[in-house]
Amino acid sequence: MINIHEVIETNNMIEHENLDVRTITIGISLLDCADGDVDVTCENICNKIRRIAGNLKKTAEDIATEFGVPIVNKRISITPISLVGASCCKNASDYVKIAKALDSVAAEVGVNFLGGYSAVVSKGMTESDRLLIESIPEALACTERICSSVNVGSTKTGINMDAVRLMGETIIKAAEMTADRDSCGCAKLVVLCNAPDDNPFMAGAFHGVTESDAIINVGVSGPGVVKYALEKVRGKNFEVLCETIKKTAFKITRVGQLVAQEASRRLGIPFGIIDLSLAPTPAIGDSVADILQEIGLEKAGAPGTTAALALLNDQVKKGGVMASSYVGGLSGAFIPVSEDQGMIEAAECGALTIEKLEAMTCVCSVGLDMIAIPGDTPASTISGIIADESAIGMINQKTTAVRIIPVIGKTVGDNVEFGGLLGHAPVMPVNRFSCEAFISRQGRIPAPIHSFKN
Amino acid sequence: MNRTIITVVGKDTIGIIAKICTYLADNHINILDISQTIVQGFFNMMMIVDVSKMNIDFVTLTEEISKLGEDTGVQVKCQREDIFDKMHRI
Repeated sequence: MINIHEVIETNNMIEHENLDVRTITIGISLLDCADGDVDVTCENICNKIRRIAGNLKKTAEDIATEFGVPIVNKRISITPISLVGASCCKNASDYVKIAKALDSVAAEVGVNFLGGYSAVVSKGMTESDRLLIESIPEALACTERICSSVNVGSTKTGINMDAVRLMGETIIKAAEMTADRDSCGCAKLVVLCNAPDDNPFMAGAFHGVTESDAIINVGVSGPGVVKYALEKVRGKNFEVLCETIKKTAFKITRVGQLVAQEASRRLGIPFGIIDLSLAPTPAIGDSVADILQEIGLEKAGAPGTTAALALLNDQVKKGGVMASSYVGGLSGAFIPVSEDQGMIEAAECGALTIEKLEAMTCVCSVGLDMIAIPGDTPASTISGIIADESAIGMINQKTTAVRIIPVIGKTVGDNVEFGGLLGHAPVMPVNRFSCEAFISRQGRIPAPIHSFKN
Repeated sequence: MNRTIITVVGKDTIGIIAKICTYLADNHINILDISQTIVQGFFNMMMIVDVSKMNIDFVTLTEEISKLGEDTGVQVKCQREDIFDKMHRI
């Protein structure tokens, strides 16, 4: 039988160490909503989302009350819209129409983000993919809840450099169209390599074509819990350090597993995966950078950061896979800058640079995330950053991503406020040397040799 | 059996356990076990109760029992046992 000390430990994690279930995300296939007419497609999409996710908010709130654990976000991921809109969207405005319909139905069912305004173009682009990408800046500017992602490469296909070039330009346009709001459109746009089909976290969530009609994916978090656990083993050897992280990750994941199964049962939708990511928020005590400091670094970004992060990421996974049979999504440690108070401080005092962040993305769960850069950064430079990240993902068979915000009208030394979960960030300097001639080459980078496993 | 954990945290107060027990009895909730300890100067009490015969719904129970605590100056929480069981048992 459960004893009082175990109960106190769990409740301390929730009340003082920011343990929460970060998101319950329902993945919904919209493939059966496609029609030759854009208005009919929109209506079909809204009806299906209402039918499947109508009870999500209430169910999540009930579960949170009954188990006493906060469920911070309720979200929806959908089939990449470039597939759903392929037969009815003749121009970018048609896609924007779908974005507006999605935004209104997301508000109606009470979710804070809906991901899947996406295209998967890792090898080539259809006309529909191209139109969708063209529509992204306007779609993000005129909606609140829509998140967009484009997958530009994979270990199996190589990197679609035409898409990389286009995404550099698209990010600049999205920044310009939301210039009055610190270019926050770019905070909802991510460029991926090796994107998973079942990721519950935004902005990169979409419901892949390998998935069933509807599925529940749950993202758990708790950097604060890991940090507090590590405070108790200061100065101990690596074995003790790793063991502590693993045990904590196990406990966190079990909570996610319980919530996922309960949500699945109550909503009558199959359970997909648990994403056991340490996802920071700007709140004090909810920071991955603080864990790195607790491991022994003066600031995130100091020499040793990549090794410490590699260790953290691996132990989180090892603890998590023991706790749930279905672990997926991005799973690991996220290192967004603006969403993590410790990372913000490290960037402000000069300990953390984009180059060091790039090195860290080789061993963290995703990539360059929520980094504000000067608004006059050329599109080709942004494409260069995307190409670098994609290459890391392609060669290392991992998911990588770029979510950077060229803040129009701001430069190094300025601060940017995105608000809420998206946080705030200092504008970080970008290498000023050009890669224009590299990016203007046409075609794609071939798949690496180790992709041939047939 | 449908087990739920009720926790009381705060300054030790005369009659708090009596009040909670009366509330539980009124709503047909059976107490299976009670334990208590002092952590960092705070009174911590845990009850394991069976809610399978209770005549209110779970959300009402959590709201009312938390209100009962507030009125007495302590924090009272009510959570399904599964969250502790999953976290601490393999």
